Amino acid sequence: MEQQIVKVKNKKGVRVIPGFGLSMGVTLAMLSCIVLIPLASIFISVSKISLQEFVEIVTSRQVMSGYMVSFTCAFFAAIINGAFGLVLAWVLVRYDFPGKRIMDGMIELPFALPTAVAGISLTFLYSDQGWIGQLFDKAGVRIAYTRIGITIAMVFVGIPFVVRSVQPVLAKLDRQYEEAAMMLGAGRWRTFFRVVLPELFPALLAGFGLAFARGIGEYGSVVFIAGNIPYETQIAPLLIMSKLEQFKYSDATAIALVLLLVSFLLMFLINSLQIYMQRFVKN
Amino acid sequence: MKKRTIRRTWVKAILLAAMAFSLAAGCGDDSKSDTDGGSSNGILNVSYDPTREFYAEYNEMFCGYWKQEKGEEVEVTQSHGGSGSQARSVIEGNEADVVTLALAHDITAIENAGLIEAGWNEKLEGNSAPYTSTIVFLVRKGNEKNIKDWDDLVEDGVEVITPNPKTSGGACWNFLAAWAYGQQNGMTEKETQEFLKKLYQNVLVLDSGARGATNTFVENKQGDVLIAWENEAFLSLETHPDDFEIVTPSVSILAQPSVAVVDKNVEDHGTREISEAYLKYLYSDDAQRLVGKYYYRPSKEEILQEFSEQFDLDMNLVTIDDFGGWNKAYETYFDDGALFDEIYAQ
Repeated sequence: MEQQIVKVKNKKGVRVIPGFGLSMGVTLAMLSCIVLIPLASIFISVSKISLQEFVEIVTSRQVMSGYMVSFTCAFFAAIINGAFGLVLAWVLVRYDFPGKRIMDGMIELPFALPTAVAGISLTFLYSDQGWIGQLFDKAGVRIAYTRIGITIAMVFVGIPFVVRSVQPVLAKLDRQYEEAAMMLGAGRWRTFFRVVLPELFPALLAGFGLAFARGIGEYGSVVFIAGNIPYETQIAPLLIMSKLEQFKYSDATAIALVLLLVSFLLMFLINSLQIYMQRFVKN
Repeated sequence: MKKRTIRRTWVKAILLAAMAFSLAAGCGDDSKSDTDGGSSNGILNVSYDPTREFYAEYNEMFCGYWKQEKGEEVEVTQSHGGSGSQARSVIEGNEADVVTLALAHDITAIENAGLIEAGWNEKLEGNSAPYTSTIVFLVRKGNEKNIKDWDDLVEDGVEVITPNPKTSGGACWNFLAAWAYGQQNGMTEKETQEFLKKLYQNVLVLDSGARGATNTFVENKQGDVLIAWENEAFLSLETHPDDFEIVTPSVSILAQPSVAVVDKNVEDHGTREISEAYLKYLYSDDAQRLVGKYYYRPSKEEILQEFSEQFDLDMNLVTIDDFGGWNKAYETYFDDGALFDEIYAQ
């Protein structure tokens, strides 16, 4: 099949499949309706309140503690996802074993599963009466209804991001590099940390960033396992819901705006770091 | 290699299909209600979570009645969710003909948005609440912690499950019932606040909604006592007869889930007559018996007496009017920085 591809451009630069205008139009329309306009409406909604009110809302003690819970849990969840996602991707790319394709497909389940279902079943498993929670409870560790539970739910929703970012890069990575490193006398650890990991790092970082951002905004699954006690296990998205419940639309969007900005800043930082590192690797 | 790619595509396709199905299942209710709500021989009833089973049966009953009366086929579509978010969806354009929500406050919010005319709560008997309920305790079989009344909930070591009044309209009733207990037992304002603070310190999980709290208590087996709506407590007892007991406290609150016609929408749809009849028929003897069957308290006194075995009719029930109405109650207890926030801030 691959060989049949012929040069698709003629002198005028016309492609075999025409329609740049059309496809670009569709892209822009979709992007505007689904992403840009809703995002812009957040800013419009927030602009209804004064700057002072905005600062008051987002720095109130309850909201600040909500941010703290969301950010710290999402951060640890993304770290855990980074480590386990890398191992998972490694296993899926480098080894052959029965059931591999099923396992590969299952990675995407957290995307497909309604998050509330995930939240309810995680809570069921990790509560002190649940199968897994029982074991930890004997050791004196409570998982469900604590920040540990929140982190676990975020790990669940974030894992596909890391695996799917790392997998293709790892698959393309030429094994000759490793062999060369080995021949030049590098040990296993050295080969991994000095040869393989630098190649994977940008992808890993991208996955980390996506998982982190997803964790910050996650509501559906976390809210069931969180316990939702103010100042302890109340996540920022829950505070948004609670503001909406009181019909305080601009308050809710103010809280959301901060989440959005932090996520954006995070993605920006990670992308810059990636670009910088790619240059560094090339030189 | 090629074979592998094909298989991979299959796995992907199946996963995508699963995703599409779950999406379709998630949106099914909404899309259906959108199309049916607009036609003149169909009406849309936007309600809250625990009334799902009741209205499914009531709708059949009403359709039969309407056919007999007018000879017309009618189709009623129901939509369920948290009371507050259902109200919000109507404000934001969900074409509900009638709303049947957990508390009058949510309907007032729709009124304030200009969709319902003022005075809706006087259109039907009993403040437009065709059925009522109250707040009771659901405890585990044997009642090991010996929970009899509200003051047992503040004892050390008692774990309480109740939803957050700031995210669940229904949970406001729970809070107010506990407050009423304090007031009726000679506590001062300050002491009642202290009492509620202790009570909420015993709360293990503060779920965002009533069904979530029931799930935490019943399925995940958390806590010693669930502060619940009476009808929810009976439903849990029906599904798990060997696991739970209902304890009725000495003081509670008369929860009045209210109903109203959404004036603006019925004018647009030309469904006023049928919508009004739909709500009015809720007060008929047959419908009132159905109300009792689904563990709500019928608002008609004679029918309520028929269920005197099922309900504890001697409870001392305060009403929202004792708190000066919903607006005042929200201002005093549930708004940002009000009493409920203070309880946790200290």
